[in-house]
Amino acid sequence: MKLIFEKGSTGRGCDLLPPSDVPVINLEDKFKRQSKLNLPNVSETELSRHYTELMKKTFGVNDGFYPLGSCTMKYNPKINDDMAKLPGFTDIHPLQSEETTQGALEVMALAEEYLCEITGMDNMSFQPAAGAHGEFTGLQLIKAYHEKRGDSKRDKIIVPDSAHGTNPASAAMVGYKVINVPSTNEGYVDVDALRDAVGEDTAGFMLTNPNTLGLFEANILEITNIIHQAGGLNYYDGANLNAIMGIARPGDMGFDVVHLNLHKTFSTPHGGGGPGSGPVGCKLLLSDYLPSPRVIKGAEGSYHLSYDNPDSIGRVKAFYGNFLVVVRALTYILSLGKEGLKHASINAVLNANYMMHQLKDTYHIPFSDHCMHEFIISLEDLKKEKGVSALDVAKAMLDYGMHPPTMYFPLNVPEALMVEPTETESKETLDEAVRVYKKIYEEVTSNPELAHGYPRNTVIGRPDEVGAARNPVLRYVYNK
Amino acid sequence: MNNEILYTDTHEWVQFLDETTVRIGLTDFAQSELGDLVFVNLPEEGDELTAGETFADVESVKAVSDVYSPVTGEVSKVNEDLLDHPELINSDPMEAWLIEVENVSDKENMLTEEEYKKLIS
Repeated sequence: MKLIFEKGSTGRGCDLLPPSDVPVINLEDKFKRQSKLNLPNVSETELSRHYTELMKKTFGVNDGFYPLGSCTMKYNPKINDDMAKLPGFTDIHPLQSEETTQGALEVMALAEEYLCEITGMDNMSFQPAAGAHGEFTGLQLIKAYHEKRGDSKRDKIIVPDSAHGTNPASAAMVGYKVINVPSTNEGYVDVDALRDAVGEDTAGFMLTNPNTLGLFEANILEITNIIHQAGGLNYYDGANLNAIMGIARPGDMGFDVVHLNLHKTFSTPHGGGGPGSGPVGCKLLLSDYLPSPRVIKGAEGSYHLSYDNPDSIGRVKAFYGNFLVVVRALTYILSLGKEGLKHASINAVLNANYMMHQLKDTYHIPFSDHCMHEFIISLEDLKKEKGVSALDVAKAMLDYGMHPPTMYFPLNVPEALMVEPTETESKETLDEAVRVYKKIYEEVTSNPELAHGYPRNTVIGRPDEVGAARNPVLRYVYNK
Repeated sequence: MNNEILYTDTHEWVQFLDETTVRIGLTDFAQSELGDLVFVNLPEEGDELTAGETFADVESVKAVSDVYSPVTGEVSKVNEDLLDHPELINSDPMEAWLIEVENVSDKENMLTEEEYKKLIS
């Protein structure tokens, strides 16, 4: 389809923008741009059709089943957006005085209080803009803690191979050496290997729980204890918190710092590149190192921004992070309440187990006893015997109006498909998905040659991912 | 010393050019498992390598994978053609060597062609 700049005609336009509600200031000529802005010249009809056309070419949670493992593509209640659109949140400036932004500050203070309660932490910063940014920030806290104590020999972070791929990357970005510990055949952290890996050089340990195999770690207290005994700190990757909200708390499991993915677990539309929010919560021993400023409640009940944090690692993002995602998260928490959050997690786990058990006689499911909020299918045998890959099966699902699961992740399972149905899907949807997954299996095993041709009914077939990655076109060149 | 090609269990091939110099590349099995490569990250000449540690990474549309050095030594040559043409590894993995290492002082256990074939079968 054409870009919006290629539509319309010079001189055409529409009056959708409201008049300016602030005084117009005439700048000196030297500050003014000399050429005209390259704005689209389209009528309101053309504009409306353009975006409708774009919308028809996308697939989101509002279109159908979207079990993209590790991404928690749950339905995002519209009330979240209603709250985030309130003028008291959208028409304020980050540098406005505290007296005029008490509501916004209260949102951050309340969200901090509730999310600390949910995670078992003492304080939280909303500055990190996404999960990996949260990991980076959390590890900075650990680093600052050791440095403050003059404990400079701790230069290693231990990461199990069932962790999110961002964990070792974040540790390396902070300047740590990454020590990998293997999983047992059952998919849990190998506790003996962990015991051998710790020492005086252990700065910390990062655990993704439930891990990327969809399993709740079996020996958490023993694991966190081993790290603490060695003088290290425990980091909890809370990206999979959707499985345990209101049921188990990282703070009770021996973790000192945790990040959350508010856009996932606490429900902001995501997947289109943002904005996200990856707040970092920590126990008191790390609170002094949190990014500055922090929101504090004064004795008289009003809220303030505290910049007096001499041990802080500093800012990790402009102002206060992606504030409107925090508004949506708080709305979600208040709408569901304590029991509702717990219920959401229970249903997320139930839905994943239901689908897994329906499919385990058809597909090879390496860890099939029980799972948390997601489960893994391995198509290794299908690939070996019939030449049909995880990619082929995933592409076939598009023909049935479903988003495929995550492919080729986790890395320690060959030809993996990772399915996370989430709690917001009905039994009817899950049953239909199971029927489709079984039907596809039958199709690709009885006719493997056809498997490479999926999808057949979508707007586009298989995009040239390799060509796009090797020769990316990243900018538009105006030719008007 | 012949120019026999040896293999690692992390899917690199290694060719001894003389007693202390080797050429390292990715095996045909590695490239077929990875799929079409779109990016290669290589070390620089003069970098010190340690046996068993990573020295490069390769990226396909599926994933990014580390490449491990089976020897300790110093990078003496880098196949820079691969930076612009990672697809050469897919089309001819034995020809598309990644680096050469000199002053090899230590090496890991490596597999013969026969042993490697057994490993991947």
